[in-house]
Amino acid sequence: MISIKPMRIAIASGKGGTGKTLVATSLFYALQRERIEATLVDCDAEEPNVMSFFQGQLEKSAEVMQRVPVIDENKCTYCGKCHEYCNYKAIFILTPMKVIKVMEDLCHGCGACTVACEYGAIVEKDVSLGQVNQYAVSGNSKIIESRMNVGVYSPVRVIKAAINESNDRRVVIMDSPPGTSCPFIQTVARADFVILVTEPTPFGLSDLKQSVETLKTMGKSCGVIINRAGLGNDAIYGYLHDQGIPLLLEIPFDREIASTYSKGKIVAAEKRHLQTLLLSVFNIIVKKYGNSHHQR
Amino acid sequence: MEIAIISGKGGTGKSSISAAFATLSGQPVVLADCDVDAANLHILFAPTHEEDQVYIAGQTAVIDYSICTHCGICMDYCQFDAIHSMDGKITISETSCDGCHLCARVCPHGAITMVDNDKSRMYSGAFRNGRMVYGRLAPGEENSGKLVNMVRDKAKAIAKDYNLENIIIDGPPGIGCAVISSITGTNHVVVVTEPTLSGLHDLKRALEIVEKFSLKAWVIINKYDLNDDMSRQIEQHCHDRGIPLAGKLPFNPSVVEAMVNLKSIIEWQPQSEFSRQIGAIWNTITQSK
Repeated sequence: MISIKPMRIAIASGKGGTGKTLVATSLFYALQRERIEATLVDCDAEEPNVMSFFQGQLEKSAEVMQRVPVIDENKCTYCGKCHEYCNYKAIFILTPMKVIKVMEDLCHGCGACTVACEYGAIVEKDVSLGQVNQYAVSGNSKIIESRMNVGVYSPVRVIKAAINESNDRRVVIMDSPPGTSCPFIQTVARADFVILVTEPTPFGLSDLKQSVETLKTMGKSCGVIINRAGLGNDAIYGYLHDQGIPLLLEIPFDREIASTYSKGKIVAAEKRHLQTLLLSVFNIIVKKYGNSHHQR
Repeated sequence: MEIAIISGKGGTGKSSISAAFATLSGQPVVLADCDVDAANLHILFAPTHEEDQVYIAGQTAVIDYSICTHCGICMDYCQFDAIHSMDGKITISETSCDGCHLCARVCPHGAITMVDNDKSRMYSGAFRNGRMVYGRLAPGEENSGKLVNMVRDKAKAIAKDYNLENIIIDGPPGIGCAVISSITGTNHVVVVTEPTLSGLHDLKRALEIVEKFSLKAWVIINKYDLNDDMSRQIEQHCHDRGIPLAGKLPFNPSVVEAMVNLKSIIEWQPQSEFSRQIGAIWNTITQSK
């Protein structure tokens, strides 16, 4: 086993469907082939896909729970203090009618209502938000999948729980959810370096700019992989140059790549050349940024 | 009529199809870009800037260090792991804070205040085929579902004011709160998918959410010819589930060409077979009973 500096890389993109998962699965595959012990965390809890590309043995599965209040109507005086404390409007109350109801979907599990209640009328119960599944794949490599239940409003807790399971791992690749809101922030906050995957189109560029701005305010280093190069226009190259953002790799548009990926196959397994390229990208990143400041 | 276009998986061509639906000839529409995390349609349509509105995405707790005694009580109550003590100093992580207000309430010294997250906006104006509303969530902000509701309410008000019949909602990817907010109460939900294993997997979860809210679902398989076998599997899945296929569209590099030229495919190649197919899909959906 090759010893390597601790390194956490997030693979992200503002726009969906640019090839984040293609890059994450291919990079993870290339590391496995090099016998580098790596962990791939699928942080796209709304639509986790990574495990459809790999064979693995389920080692551990844990429910991610959240506490929601249950009101004991025998003790409740309908004073309304819990309603006032709730910043999410999750408690509905009609004092004169003696009606009180918890909207579980809106509850964030902050516990404020329990603190508010002076009559001991609120107890808490656990509800499931999703699962964190851990799979052993070849060697000592591991895949940790976050999977939010359908109908749950926010994937953030499930994502956090999945990332926390990778705390003691040295080389961690995180496949981030798309966008620049909370789920993205929670993922990249734990990375030493962020690879932004984009495509050379006006939509791709617009979303890339937003991701870059967000990472800047967070003080995160990033580089860009352009997928489907050759499709679209070249405005993106000027942008990267002006911003001084490293262009790590270009993956040309190729129907064969699209077809390989569509079958749920790892592109780097079919295109050996991509393995070599991704490994050299990885080595450059590790050399420059590998020290895992953000490991808690 | 409100028609929402969503996708589960990102990058399936949802926004390109929304743009096409919004520019079919002879029918001005209200276009609501509800992908507030990565709103893009204003790039194509450059709407006039007639109105903007601040959206308060939530709150963040801030400590006044001239009052704080670093007693750590707030830390014991925080359920979001947002408050930490480092070398005896209490800090609140802006990225982890959920804005629940509990720390400010329990602080015995009144050292914590809640500050509004007020960087998100909603814009509205005219575009070349009607009116447009779009939201932009500031990076890192939450509650995008509420901003989506605000965009939809505005779109409905505009539809009434301008007497426009159809509202086209370009939804976000995923299946979380912003998606739920984009589809609830709409007349039709069109799920755009692509013939990949990930596409099928995400489609299933997207359909589950549509069914959960008992809405009328349609499926479009975009770029169907990139993998005919997978397209057949998707068709079979829709058939087994009783979800109608609104149509299949081939992979077409002109769609990207149109985007680069800041046009929808309907505007770029109005006479093409591809544009005709999109028109036919629109009719299938809107003329159904």
